[in-house]
Amino acid sequence: MSGNPELSITDRDEQNADPRGTPYAPHTADEVETMLEAIDADDVDELFDIGESIRFDGSFDIDGGSEQVVERRLRETLARNDDATEFLGRGHYSHHVPSIVDHISLRSEFITSYTQYQPEVTQGFLQALFEYQSMLVELTGLEIANCSMYDAATALGEAATLAARVRGTSGSRVLVPEYLRPERRDVLENYVDGADLSVETVPADDGVTTPDAVERAIDDDVVMAYLESPTTEGLLEEHLEEIGALVDDHDAMFCLGSDPVALSLLRSPASVGVDVVIGDASVLGLPASYGMGLGLFACREEYLRQVPGRLVGASEDADGNRAFTLTLQTREQHIRRERATSNICTNQAWVALRTAIHAASLGPSGLVSLATTCRELPERTAARLDEIDGVSAPVRNRYHFREFRARVDADAEAVVAALNDDGFAIHAVDEETVQLCVTDVNEHRIDDLVDAVEGVMN
Amino acid sequence: MQRYTQTVWNDGESDGYEPLLSERSLETVEVPDAGLPDDLTRDELELPELSEPELARHYTRLSQMNYGIDSGPYPLGSCTMKYNPKFTEDVAALPSASVHPDRDAESVQGTLEIYHGLQDYLGRIGGMDAVTLQPPAGAAGEFTGILIAKAYHEANGEGDQRTEVIVPTSAHGTNFATAALGGYDVVELPETDDGRVDVEGLEAAVGDTTAALMLTNPNTLGLFERNIEEIATIIHDAGGLLYYDGANLNALLGRARPGDMGFDIMHYNVHKTFATPHGGGGPGAGPVGVTEELAEFLPSPQVRETNGEFELFEPERSIGKVHGAMGNWLVLLKAYAYIERLGGDGLRDASAKAVLNANYLASQIDLEVPFEPFHHEFVASAGERDAADFAKRMLDYGVHPPTTKWPENVSEALMTEPTEAESKSSLDQLAAAFNAVTADAASDLEAAPSETSASRIDQTSAARNPRLSWQQLDES
Repeated sequence: MSGNPELSITDRDEQNADPRGTPYAPHTADEVETMLEAIDADDVDELFDIGESIRFDGSFDIDGGSEQVVERRLRETLARNDDATEFLGRGHYSHHVPSIVDHISLRSEFITSYTQYQPEVTQGFLQALFEYQSMLVELTGLEIANCSMYDAATALGEAATLAARVRGTSGSRVLVPEYLRPERRDVLENYVDGADLSVETVPADDGVTTPDAVERAIDDDVVMAYLESPTTEGLLEEHLEEIGALVDDHDAMFCLGSDPVALSLLRSPASVGVDVVIGDASVLGLPASYGMGLGLFACREEYLRQVPGRLVGASEDADGNRAFTLTLQTREQHIRRERATSNICTNQAWVALRTAIHAASLGPSGLVSLATTCRELPERTAARLDEIDGVSAPVRNRYHFREFRARVDADAEAVVAALNDDGFAIHAVDEETVQLCVTDVNEHRIDDLVDAVEGVMN
Repeated sequence: MQRYTQTVWNDGESDGYEPLLSERSLETVEVPDAGLPDDLTRDELELPELSEPELARHYTRLSQMNYGIDSGPYPLGSCTMKYNPKFTEDVAALPSASVHPDRDAESVQGTLEIYHGLQDYLGRIGGMDAVTLQPPAGAAGEFTGILIAKAYHEANGEGDQRTEVIVPTSAHGTNFATAALGGYDVVELPETDDGRVDVEGLEAAVGDTTAALMLTNPNTLGLFERNIEEIATIIHDAGGLLYYDGANLNALLGRARPGDMGFDIMHYNVHKTFATPHGGGGPGAGPVGVTEELAEFLPSPQVRETNGEFELFEPERSIGKVHGAMGNWLVLLKAYAYIERLGGDGLRDASAKAVLNANYLASQIDLEVPFEPFHHEFVASAGERDAADFAKRMLDYGVHPPTTKWPENVSEALMTEPTEAESKSSLDQLAAAFNAVTADAASDLEAAPSETSASRIDQTSAARNPRLSWQQLDES
């Protein structure tokens, strides 16, 4: 028995050897004594085999506090954030997360578990990840989806190193679109540095990529061409099939950045020649989380043995029942070490669980309906803003998804700052252009936003 | 002896346990054109269409067929599966914590204050001068560290010359893979018979091609590298950098700091040391600390404070970015809450009790532990038994088994790390499970597990005939 279960928490604290000890170690002082006796030690200090010259005798100078105090302190600190309605996107999106996602994903059997190295006792999580993989297979049209990368940027980096590994002939360049977020490009460049690949830009024409532009940029030295749909600007690419054929002509990998909501509406990437789909799948499952995401990674079956990250597969148990397990682990770092397909270990499994629950709770009709909303809202909102003197929107006469740009007859930074004071956050893109993201989460504030823009412009 | 039977749901119709979502429902919906040309949209979408009550039951059943720390002991060596305080989830769920990464710094001062605070706390805890929070997991932290080492050597005009990273044989697999991802050749350094770094071997291995040595301390056997200062001198004299893998930092909190041992770069695993939930395989976070000399190479952006205001800045010779935004923010927030809850004294106490627990547990089991003195973890040998079978049988006694068959310098290794969160009675039950398996017949081990939702799963056929989606199940 551990201590005396009749003791109140206060009594237990008083009985502790060190009342300032961690509240998350259950030991009473008596138990510590008993345990020390069992190992023939007088003191816990004896157990540390650390030379005197490097022993730390100082203090971290960090005060602990009760749960109540710490929670209040953090609540107060976070309240320093301005309470703004965000019309922000540019590659980071969120939608209303159904309540069931929190309630289920926070069940402690899920959130306090480790990677499923013992599949017999972790069937639940494995099945949920298998279902996540399956939903992405349906949405991308590709045969393989892994259980996650960290975010869209690192998934892009992994796609490029995959391209370098699987390509039959050598090559040294990766093509990326002009509209690619600089942060993603920066991550990509770090990932390909070790593989001696360089990153080159394909210019956009009125916001989208033309087959001509790709044809001018590509040759047999290119291992991968990457595009996004929707783009960072919120436009849908219009020539993916022709571009896919061009990329294929040069035996390069065609990689597309997208997300599960857009993919619910768009033609399946596999059917237009895409080999790998990456992106941020946490557009379902997470609220805006300061850019924390979920790296979507799906690819053609021919890359199976070279895929980075974890894969859940179906097998059978000794009773002949279908059961799930992590599989093809010989690709991974803990077995293959320096010849692994990636160094990734811990990934974003719990976010993938949340994404799966969110997608399942929308179902196909809910997904299509949400995607349709993302198609309508930007163009409808742009039309409203276009009626304001000094605002022209949308800037491009193309197909929008979630986002659009507006030109303002004023300094864009000043417009953004003034709207910020009114409690709205939007992007300034250049001196005269702003960008707004409109989805189900801020739709109810469109009227207020339009009024605010009108106020700022007049 | 504790008794345990994991929940099994089986509808008696499908050939598995809980039916797949797709076996409950698969609806094909027609997709409207949404104002787009025909060739841009799909015609239809086929996915499960289920009501909330049905989903709640599906996922609740799945959760009942899953084992977490709240279910019982989880002594996976080097994984530090400690208790995850519940209140940190409430903090992470605050609406004010939920902001877009493109918000102006001035409008998210609260977020940046915490971000800056964690940079600062981790610096003090590790004895490092500057810390980035951007790497989204431990392995990403390693990669960040290797990129920093590379940038440092390039800045010194030695980028082309220093092509090798030295890694001890018993190191985590990620160390090897990370060095390779960074474009380095891996030089493997075998341990001595006493399970520590071979100092003479290291002297022979280092040279003007050495970029870095990656080291875990205490190492994977739980042993403190007593020669760490000498090791640091050898690496530094050769012009290389010393990298600390923070996987085992839970052994040392408040007792010793990597910065004081001579490490130049380190990563922290916040889901290990700072109690953020592992979530069944992430999200984690792998902040990286460096010495003052290397601070200018840190990823961009960093957060700094001037007169109570927080701002983002790009270090002068930054390696750029290792994550698309600011890392796994919600995880970092939970780690910050944990550190504030425990304070310096609580952190020191956590390590003391983690080491006490490992030593006590080892004293109560009937297996040989060849290497001592260990700290927060020990590696027992299953002896004549197969360690993987041993682990499967442990599941039947209601505990999660240790990490198996690694490191390789212990035969049939059972790498065991109970953490500070287990009570004496819980350790006694864990020991009873070890000892019961030791006494069980070999046939019991081979037939195990029987008390888990699924019985022994055939790994070979899963890999030989990969079925990775419900679509592929239909094909076979």
